Amino acid sequence: MQSVLGSYFPILVFIAIAGVIALALVLGSVLAARQKPYPEKLSAYECGFEAFDDARRRFDVRFYLVSLLFIIFDLEVAFLFPWAVSLSHIGWFGFLSMMGFLAVLTVGFIYEWCKGALDWE
Amino acid sequence: MIASIAFYVFAAILLVSAAMVVTARNPVHSVLFLILSFFNAAALFLLAGAEFLAMILVIVYVGAVAVLFLFVVMMLDVNFAELRGGFQRYLPVGATVGAVLFVELALVLGGWQIAPDAGQLRFAPQPPDVHNTAALGRLIYTDYVLLFQIAGLVLMVAMIGAIVLTLRERKTSRHQSIAAQVGRDVRDTLELVNMPLGVGVSEFYRPLVEQPPPLHSDQPVIAHAGGGHGDGGHHAAEKR
Amino acid sequence: MNDFFATTPGYVILTFAQALAILVPLLISVAYATYVERKVLAAIQIRKGPNVVGPFGLWQPFADALKMIMKETTIPSGANRVLFLMAPMLTFGLAMIAWAVIPVNAGWAIADINVGVLYLFAISSLGVYGIIIAGWASNSKYAFMGGLRSAAQMVSYEVSMGFVIVTVLICVGSLNLSDIVLAQSRVWFCIPLFPMFIVFFISALAETNRSPFDLAEGESEIVAGFFVEYSAMTFALFFLGEYANMFLMSALTTILFLGGWLPPLGLPQFGPLWFILKVWFGIFVFIWVRGTFPRYRYDQLMRLGWKVFLPLSLLYLVLTAGALMAFGWLPSVPGT
Repeated sequence: MQSVLGSYFPILVFIAIAGVIALALVLGSVLAARQKPYPEKLSAYECGFEAFDDARRRFDVRFYLVSLLFIIFDLEVAFLFPWAVSLSHIGWFGFLSMMGFLAVLTVGFIYEWCKGALDWE
Repeated sequence: MIASIAFYVFAAILLVSAAMVVTARNPVHSVLFLILSFFNAAALFLLAGAEFLAMILVIVYVGAVAVLFLFVVMMLDVNFAELRGGFQRYLPVGATVGAVLFVELALVLGGWQIAPDAGQLRFAPQPPDVHNTAALGRLIYTDYVLLFQIAGLVLMVAMIGAIVLTLRERKTSRHQSIAAQVGRDVRDTLELVNMPLGVGVSEFYRPLVEQPPPLHSDQPVIAHAGGGHGDGGHHAAEKR
Repeated sequence: MNDFFATTPGYVILTFAQALAILVPLLISVAYATYVERKVLAAIQIRKGPNVVGPFGLWQPFADALKMIMKETTIPSGANRVLFLMAPMLTFGLAMIAWAVIPVNAGWAIADINVGVLYLFAISSLGVYGIIIAGWASNSKYAFMGGLRSAAQMVSYEVSMGFVIVTVLICVGSLNLSDIVLAQSRVWFCIPLFPMFIVFFISALAETNRSPFDLAEGESEIVAGFFVEYSAMTFALFFLGEYANMFLMSALTTILFLGGWLPPLGLPQFGPLWFILKVWFGIFVFIWVRGTFPRYRYDQLMRLGWKVFLPLSLLYLVLTAGALMAFGWLPSVPGT
């Protein structure tokens, strides 16, 4: 139990070191370099034109669809991990049970393929 | 000792960031605080010895679900000041819904019965000589096969639901047909013609593809009068 | 001495030293990867590449770093300042902390956790945040589009990457990275799982936003994409993060398919030498691909991810599992 936690301690150390390095680099640069901002320099780059409107605006719904589908497939992968490591113990029954699961999801995949959800123009 | 200190630290951060999710003014900050609370929940799972659940929490909730939340919140062009304006008007309805939910939760918690042997199981979160992930794997696919298959069905319904809700057929979209592109032949696009001397392209007429021209190289094609000026050069330059 | 390291403060100091022993060479390698990339691209295009600063231009990375540090850090007026500065640090930091679990040599993984693969998968799924946050916080249209494109792209390729990793896990029977390497002592997985190896490497290109999948930058259409507004060290952190991610993906490919620290063809083993050579070979291929292939179009990119890689990797996963079950070749690692 304690050893499980102990093996995660180095990750904490890595997080600390990475954070310190990143902060030090940015702060060091901010302190070392001459800062002289003015409005034109700080305006958003738009090929030299004035910005017409706010950049944060609506966009194609397909991006939502992609991330929704990603959630579903990510869960599928999440179910596959324990299966992959315990396959030798659960035998043919466990194998077939996963095949059933995958078959159901493949039906969904074929549906989205046929509906054209995977097409971009 | 260290583990319990860690528990209280992570639990405190979890609660604070969960409170910030609700109270932050900027919805993007709300989502980021939600991500922070996911991380702390994952750390709590780790402390309880559930390595697999901790990692899956990060992979699925932070890596996938919160990305969707961020998409929705960042890019839905919602004017939040305007939304707040309706606060007074919707307060009674919202309060009623909230109260009903609260009562329901209280009923559920009141009627909750903790399994009698949960107290002992809590101290042995995993069997002694098996890793957490493999121990889960031995149970999910055999002992809980029905629930597992239902999870598959739920995922399929979610997939179909996502498509039905978000997919709009559009008339203007043009898809690339890979088969047509790869199956294209040199003869469809390019023809080599012997041009007689002193004959310009405009005087040079060759019938279109419907009637293949007699392209015997030893017999130069004589210019015909009429139509298709310039067609000889690039009639099949681009073909979708 | 060993007694000292057994105590708690000694252990903490030891861990810090080990972490620095990994991270400092990594940072130097990342700096030199930029030099190597320019040299290799130059060789591909029959040019000379950087050759002025120091012998063969070897001090070029340090000159670049000095230049980056001495530049002004601009924060656009419409930007969300905190998030704007946080995004590059996040990208850079994630690429660093992933190295905590990488086994460089037998028993040299600093954090030898049981779920090492899941940890790396989680880290790579977080990589999307640096980019989305940068794109949104900049409040610039190009940055926004670049962030959006990049997010959808990384997400799409992560699915097939997950399937490939599961395929390897079936052959190993453990989630521990050292176990994965040791399982390849007879044959590296790139031979029996060759199609998966290719799928994984191409997905790694897409995950790191490298050419030919660098649509997030797309300098000819959206002028550098999500980091168009960044300057000085914030820009450099994105740059370093991208290269560190390349190293990470190369290391992951090495561990999953190229036998990690194991020497090829029965050659003798020199510590982590083979691991380092394999990782640098991976970096070379990354650069080689950049020098060779033109950029993909976005619809082609999505098609490749969802319609080719996903079904292919799923099919291969099922075939692998079925074959191992049928022939009774399933591995049994103690503890799983």
